[in-house]
Amino acid sequence: MYSLVAEGIGVQNWTYILVGITFALYIGIAIWSRAGSTKEFYVAGGGVSPLANGMATAADWMSAASFISMAGIISFAGYDGAVYLMGWTGGYVLLALLLAPYLRKFGKFTVPDFIGDRYYSKTARIVAVLCALLVSFTYVAGQMRGVGIVFSRFLEVDINTGVIIGMLIVLFYAVLGGMKGITYTQVAQYCVLIFAFMVPAVFISIQMTGNPIPQLGFGSELADGSGTYLLDKLDGLSTELGFAEYTEGSKSLIDVFAITLALMVGTAGLPHVIVRFFTVKRVKDARKSAGIALLLIVILYTTAPAVAVFARTNMIETVSNKAYSDVPEWFKKWEETNLISFSDKNSDGKIQYFSGDAFLKGEDGKFDFEKPNPNTENELYVDRDIMVLANPEIAKLPDWVIALVAAGGLAAALSTAAGLLLVISASVSHDLIKKIVNPKISEKGELVAARLSAVGAVCVAGYFGINPPGFVAATVALAFGLAAASFFPAIILGIFFKRMNKEGAIAGMVVGIVTMLLYMVKFKLGWFDDVVPDKSEWWFGISPEGFGTIAMVLNFIVSIVIMKFTEAPPKEVQEIVENIRIPSGAGEATH
Amino acid sequence: MTDKSNAKAYWKENIRYLFILLGIWFLVSFGAGIIFKDALNTIKIGGFKLGFWFAQQGAMYVFVILIFVYVRIMNKLDKKYGFDV
Repeated sequence: MYSLVAEGIGVQNWTYILVGITFALYIGIAIWSRAGSTKEFYVAGGGVSPLANGMATAADWMSAASFISMAGIISFAGYDGAVYLMGWTGGYVLLALLLAPYLRKFGKFTVPDFIGDRYYSKTARIVAVLCALLVSFTYVAGQMRGVGIVFSRFLEVDINTGVIIGMLIVLFYAVLGGMKGITYTQVAQYCVLIFAFMVPAVFISIQMTGNPIPQLGFGSELADGSGTYLLDKLDGLSTELGFAEYTEGSKSLIDVFAITLALMVGTAGLPHVIVRFFTVKRVKDARKSAGIALLLIVILYTTAPAVAVFARTNMIETVSNKAYSDVPEWFKKWEETNLISFSDKNSDGKIQYFSGDAFLKGEDGKFDFEKPNPNTENELYVDRDIMVLANPEIAKLPDWVIALVAAGGLAAALSTAAGLLLVISASVSHDLIKKIVNPKISEKGELVAARLSAVGAVCVAGYFGINPPGFVAATVALAFGLAAASFFPAIILGIFFKRMNKEGAIAGMVVGIVTMLLYMVKFKLGWFDDVVPDKSEWWFGISPEGFGTIAMVLNFIVSIVIMKFTEAPPKEVQEIVENIRIPSGAGEATH
Repeated sequence: MTDKSNAKAYWKENIRYLFILLGIWFLVSFGAGIIFKDALNTIKIGGFKLGFWFAQQGAMYVFVILIFVYVRIMNKLDKKYGFDV
């Protein structure tokens, strides 16, 4: 007993305890708040308070990628990481000002509902459903893989078992609880994930700079009394090792601009985000909950760049030019999982860390750790995810903090996967079955259909999680481009442009999404040529990630030009538009 | 005032606020954080170069403030035109 106290109960046991408690909590909430009607299943009954909706939106929004990968990506990208920070937050301004209040006033269940009614056309609705499914599936397949990776790392099972555990849990509470169930579990998940992200960040900020607020800490002087600013030190270290200066970045201005805009507009066009604003009571609440959601998201998003700087500096100082035999325990541990790999090319027993790939890529496009790259002196490969996962260990924080990061990562992954699956099930049961295939289906029948489609969606997502097709990983980031290219213009024009008609909107959506898909296939996957074309061939110097901006502009232009040559929408539709512009009298969401 | 012209006036005022707020949205992110980043980087506040700070911190704070300002303005506007019920 004495030794147990002296050595603590260990990281693994702490992980089981914290993950076990949080899971029991989520399942308890799901049982307590299960859905009894289609309205509860699709929009949580429409009576969610702005605060709860804001928290749920924030948890829904912040995926395993935000929680685990973002700080790591920033720590390697430096200034360029700003595209994700601004891109994934700035979209909420567009949502709050241009979309959420009006869509709430419109008062239906889904985005295709709006497109179908506003553009008085079944074709428009079908195009919208197809876009929604395409966007959501590309997004969710990546999430399920993420869930699997998180489970496998923290619970020490293999990735496929991890995906299956994740599927079962999501299945349980999304199918049972519907929107109502996931909304209240997401509230709990937000609390878990933000606590888990902030605790290590605060600890490390104090260690490195003496300032407990990470947002201020990374702009402060180092705590070692040298009087050097942390960022200056990191800029120096980076250039010394042959990387670009941390605060300058290396992407071109136009590409940074395009990617940021595509991510912002894409965020505002993602169906699983938009649908959140159908769940509150009044138009007023829709505006307010967008503000609360963004505030809660920004707490994590402004901490991430600080974590990036702390982790990067710590990492370089711990490994660069140090003897391999003296590396700390975490280094060996992550080496086992291939997230770190070292090859002593010059046999001096020390780790030389410079820019450039330490290893050559195999035929599958992944690094082959048996083949050191002879063209660079760099001897170290570091996976970017390490930056958050190993951060507490690198900073020598207590075991329970390390376990907390596990619970937080799982909360982030599960909440996002559940939100997406719900959109997919609503698209199938409501937009396809109820509105197109069998309008006479009863309320009860529709609820059964909704649950069955959720089960189907989980299985498809799980399949992709276990057998990830190469293009899924590549296209997750591009889901934003697809959303930007399809929904955003159609919704904006539908609200702010009374004269916009079905011909214009449909043509715009089709041209937008097809252009985006073609560009993606050509420049990201290289299906047209035998290899992925070089950067120099990008149109206007814009990467596939940023191309959503161009496709969106194209959508706007095509919509407006076609509209000019075709008939104005019928009078009833123009009245719908006038009506959604006025906030009062927002009824409850109906069929 | 008739219902229709009331609604029109409300909408006009709403659009004017949107232009102002989205103008600020554009300036802090695409302006300060991207286009004028290099110029602003010559100014340093604490350890932060200003352009870098806007891109990784400042723009996000302004986004949050913008939405809450919008919420306030719109609540007032709704009241002014009697749309707050």
